[in-house]
Amino acid sequence: MSDASPIISIRNVTKRFKGAPSPAVDDVSLDIMPGEFFVLLGPSGCGKTTLLRMIAGFEIPTEGQILIDGQDMALVPPNKRPVNMVFQSYAVFPHMTVAQNVGYGLKIARMPSDEIDTRVREALELVKLDGLAGRRPDQLSGGQRQRVALARSLIMRPKVLLLDEPLSALDAKLRAQMQFELADLQDEVGITFITVTHDQDEALSMAGRIAVMNKGDIAQLATPSDLYEFPANRFVADFVGSVNIFEGTLTLDEPDRAAVDCPGLGKVYLNHGVTGAHGSQVWIALRPEKLYLHVPGEGKAVREAARDAPEGHNFARGTIKGMSYLGDITLYEIRLESGAMIRVSRPNLSRRDQEDFTWDDRVSMHWRADSPVVLLS
Amino acid sequence: MNLFRRKIPLAPLEYTRRTSMRIWVGLVLFFLYAPLVTLVAFSFNDSRRNIVWRGFTTKYYEKALNNESLMTALGNSITIAAIATVVSVVLGALAAVMLWRFRFPFKAAWEGALALPIVVPEICMGVAMLAFFAKLDLPQDLAWPLNLGQITIAHITFCFPFVTMVVRSRLSSFNREEEEAAKDLGATEWQALRDVLLPHMKPGLIAGALLAFTLSLDDFVITFFTSGPNTITFPVKVYSMVRFSVTPEVNAASAMVIALTVILTSLALKLQSRMGALAQGH
Repeated sequence: MSDASPIISIRNVTKRFKGAPSPAVDDVSLDIMPGEFFVLLGPSGCGKTTLLRMIAGFEIPTEGQILIDGQDMALVPPNKRPVNMVFQSYAVFPHMTVAQNVGYGLKIARMPSDEIDTRVREALELVKLDGLAGRRPDQLSGGQRQRVALARSLIMRPKVLLLDEPLSALDAKLRAQMQFELADLQDEVGITFITVTHDQDEALSMAGRIAVMNKGDIAQLATPSDLYEFPANRFVADFVGSVNIFEGTLTLDEPDRAAVDCPGLGKVYLNHGVTGAHGSQVWIALRPEKLYLHVPGEGKAVREAARDAPEGHNFARGTIKGMSYLGDITLYEIRLESGAMIRVSRPNLSRRDQEDFTWDDRVSMHWRADSPVVLLS
Repeated sequence: MNLFRRKIPLAPLEYTRRTSMRIWVGLVLFFLYAPLVTLVAFSFNDSRRNIVWRGFTTKYYEKALNNESLMTALGNSITIAAIATVVSVVLGALAAVMLWRFRFPFKAAWEGALALPIVVPEICMGVAMLAFFAKLDLPQDLAWPLNLGQITIAHITFCFPFVTMVVRSRLSSFNREEEEAAKDLGATEWQALRDVLLPHMKPGLIAGALLAFTLSLDDFVITFFTSGPNTITFPVKVYSMVRFSVTPEVNAASAMVIALTVILTSLALKLQSRMGALAQGH
């Protein structure tokens, strides 16, 4: 298997459900490479689960083609596909023990029972469930049930493992732990993972590549950091992480610099050109953590901004209208002089940092010339 | 005497400590079980008439057991109930799966039609069955179990909708992802049905079977219209005996049927838990 050929190739796939006004998946093309940890991210109803179910074979594409390892899957039923799925509800068989659950697929494949026993033991060890083989699902915690579902799929040694919202049913602590474990597990077994999630933290922490989906379409396909730092459009910028978006007019666009005039925010200067701009209407996206707050006077903000932007650019003034202390950071809601609201987060680098600002304080802020992102749509 | 002993206040859900509630529960239990207890007690009454207690005896059990026509009727009833139960469970389960699983035209009408035997007054069903079998004109003088065919068919028609209802409600709690998971792991449609859906249906099937069995065993009205002179069932026989006089013999026969039902039910429950334990033991 050469790394150059995709393990899964989705070609112009469209899925229309009877009676639905718009297609659930709309002309999606996607190549997934062997060994990738691929995440389909999007809000509910964006078509990500439908796409996953089409790969598993539970839905038939209305148009287009799905190839797994070069083979067209059009006429292959779910039970004959070289992929396995971990369901959102885990779908652990309640009347079977953990061992029977994990060994089910091999039993169906008529493997000799001593061989099944060995493989079950290995699989349970892999997901750290050794010792629970005789338990029944109702004696397990949610996290343990998920491991059973994982082991049950991994034991089949699939070419691709599909995971439908694998962490959504777990509590926050367990979720954080499982994010790492899933990534480690994927490294260990070397199988391609495709995960569906609506949780951006989950996607960012686990994925090698992420496809953000919106209304049946792929809004952006990128690595986690590219997705966060270089979102392609307003939908992605807004969906992945927290962001301030301001409408503006492009006043200057040269290869090494650009300027945008935003009525809501002020004059924005960028130390790089805008590619693909075809009109003057653009949007500026500024992440809350990329803004620096300054205590009352504005002199410092202007001075700091002037270090990498022409005078009068990349700073703003406002009044704190809301704040929430989150321990590691404090979030501020600030009303700018234009009347627009902006969110700023500030790390609490020392124990008393959160006392620097309070409600109704006048503050000024600046940002660096490489922080804003210009969005064309 | 301790006048200052603190009274523990009633918690909102401590119904069992309220006197009114205790009286209510007592009354319910009394009306529920007093007739049955009396029936069983008087089956041991050494008196031809069933009103005054005259002393203990088991002779009426002997008499009932030696009453050939009563025993034949009991045999008929159990045979009919057994066959009707098996057929009802199979038909009822299939109907339930069909209604739960598939979408087809006039589905609501089909569902309504299935529930009809439950809501139609039994007397109407009985008359309808009588007219139906008269028109059908099946041979009447068949050998023993075959001559019970009419009654058995009639019993199946009113038993299987109950099975369907019970199994259907059980199915609604089925997680479809389990079936998909089975297929995802390589199971065919049939294997997924056998390994995942059927185990889930099992409590519904057992409950439905018990329901069908007792419904069939004690049905009087419909049976009365569909039985012939050679196909008397137990309830019909008891009715004809009561028309002469309520003797302790009737009590004894009834007590035996009560015992039979209790034994069968506990047997079924035991079987179910044993099968559960068996599945657990790999």
